[in-house]
Amino acid sequence: MSKKKFVVAAFDDEDVLFPAVKKVRTSGYKIHDVYTPFAVHGLDHALGLRETSLHTAGFIYGITGTTTALSCISWILTADWPMNFGGKPHFALPAWIPITFELTVLFAAVGMVLTFCYLCQLAPFVKKHHFHARATDDLFVMVIECTAKTNVDDLMGFLSSTGALEVNVQVAEPEWWLGTYDKEQQLIKGSHVEVA
Amino acid sequence: MHLKYESPLREPLVYGTKDYHQVTEDIVRPIEAKPSKLWYIGFFISVSLLMFGVYAVYRDVTYGIGQWNLNKTIGWGWDITNFVWWVGIGHAGTLISAILLLFRQGWRTGVNRAAEAMTIFAVMCAGQFPIWHMGRVWMAFFVMPYPNSRGPLWPNFNSPLLWDVFAISTYFTVSLLFWYSGLLPDLATVRDRAKTKLRKKLYGIASFGWIGSTKHWQRHESLSLVLAGLSTPLVLSVHTIVSFDFATSVIPGWHTTIFPPYFVAGAVFSGFAMVQTLMVIVRKVFGLGDYITMGHIEAMNKVIVLTGSIVGVAYLTELFMGWYSQNKYEGYTFWYSRANPFSPYGWSYWGMMTCNVLSPQIFWFRKLRRNLYVTFFMSVIVNIGMWFERFVIIVTSLYRDYLPSSWSVYYHPTVWEIGFYLGTFGLFFTCFFLFAKYFPVIAIAEIKYVLKTTGESFKDKMDVQEVLETEEFAHKYVH
Repeated sequence: MSKKKFVVAAFDDEDVLFPAVKKVRTSGYKIHDVYTPFAVHGLDHALGLRETSLHTAGFIYGITGTTTALSCISWILTADWPMNFGGKPHFALPAWIPITFELTVLFAAVGMVLTFCYLCQLAPFVKKHHFHARATDDLFVMVIECTAKTNVDDLMGFLSSTGALEVNVQVAEPEWWLGTYDKEQQLIKGSHVEVA
Repeated sequence: MHLKYESPLREPLVYGTKDYHQVTEDIVRPIEAKPSKLWYIGFFISVSLLMFGVYAVYRDVTYGIGQWNLNKTIGWGWDITNFVWWVGIGHAGTLISAILLLFRQGWRTGVNRAAEAMTIFAVMCAGQFPIWHMGRVWMAFFVMPYPNSRGPLWPNFNSPLLWDVFAISTYFTVSLLFWYSGLLPDLATVRDRAKTKLRKKLYGIASFGWIGSTKHWQRHESLSLVLAGLSTPLVLSVHTIVSFDFATSVIPGWHTTIFPPYFVAGAVFSGFAMVQTLMVIVRKVFGLGDYITMGHIEAMNKVIVLTGSIVGVAYLTELFMGWYSQNKYEGYTFWYSRANPFSPYGWSYWGMMTCNVLSPQIFWFRKLRRNLYVTFFMSVIVNIGMWFERFVIIVTSLYRDYLPSSWSVYYHPTVWEIGFYLGTFGLFFTCFFLFAKYFPVIAIAEIKYVLKTTGESFKDKMDVQEVLETEEFAHKYVH
């Protein structure tokens, strides 16, 4: 994996962030990502991200659960070992609804969470570069990838003019790697995180 | 940038002058500070109870459940009473996190994280009872349908007891996933503030490498919404299925069609009471009064008076049907075994009525809804009442059935039945103390999300609705 050069701008207000995102995009820069401490609604649209299809995956997992339950139970109770429960029909569909429902929910939930973790590349021991330690606290951090043509100084000046609190350049590995967090994994030089 | 218009007249959900950083500070403080003396005392008591429970269970396995006082007709006594009681308590967490999310109730953000944790611990406690009640617990895996060398002999999929196995295990799994996926961003917040290497390492592992990317947040939102949508029917189905354990039998007092809604209302009722008990303590011990406000307490008390009254209507409906059906067994169970205060178990019925139906009615008064002492006291009373309810349902129906010759002698629990119950309290509170110490008890990211619309310091800056013309208002907030 290769390290890349990024220009990082930190904002402290989402109402400043939105116009900044718009300006940066219309000026033709490619935003790598924006890291926020909470889900800022509408930011995905502002960044031009497409809608997630995670819920569609959830639906597919759900119907997989439904069919698993129905096919297994009906095979077991009508073909593999038909048992007589009080003279009732072997194919007792109404009595299978509870388990069918539970398995639908179970498959959908487990499948969706695993898919979510896979898509976002989240797992225990996974380590990713932090562009700013306060991105999970109170800052909205916009990261722009530099290409060969990017004039870094221009871009930094431009970002400051859009209302960024701090602007700096980082050379970082954008993908994840295995390991734990340590000191070397540092953040913006000189930006001290206040801890009470 | 907010999609929702929040009336400035509405009570703030977050008090004080706070910015995002202050929210992090307030909620993470208990995790970073050394635990107080009170925490150690509480934790010690919990672990002691847990140890006693472990010993009681050890005796169950060694000597068999014959050491309980169950007898010929009372085959379910304290054990299943406690099971239903704990499962019911668990329901409030899902209700707060899922149903209130779908209903867009802003006040859920202050209490959802702790309530979800409570759900998980309560379901863990509940699960102990049917498992150890099996007696030969080393064969517990026989309940799972897997191809085996015994035929294969499958479990009975038409039995409510097997439905329960699926319902409870699904409920536990889904609640755990919902809770933990919500925790990831907050654990990342704790990780990024960590000062020691060990903390950074452990919270780094626990937070799965969350960095708050916009795309991740988008998927996270989608995941939470769908999990909420799945959990809502799930929570209704779980207690419905628990009620089917009774309702599908032909025992007088159990064989009633109102059991599912009545059990679900009762579950929400007892669960909210347990949330109140914990929240009143947490806001006091951790000084989180700005986040768990009187508005939150009041809203939950409103749910308590509503569900308590629904349960009351169910009790009265049962009594009415006991008479109206003109079935003498039904009539005997409801009017003699239960409602007659001089029958052997009449005390438990009237204890239930007093705690569940009469006493919550004081919450019609705003002053009492917003009184912490009354709230705390009532939350305990409600849970005592809900325990009585399950005891009434199980024992008064079982101790005298169709044949007077098989009527059983008076049932009272042995110390090991009580010890097992106390042990689950130990388990519950041990887990809760550890949770409160090592995890953010309030959803930090969700509070930040609602801060600018519902925070007290932001309320002043909002426009007052009255000064706007209708068209202007519509233009500004609706379109």
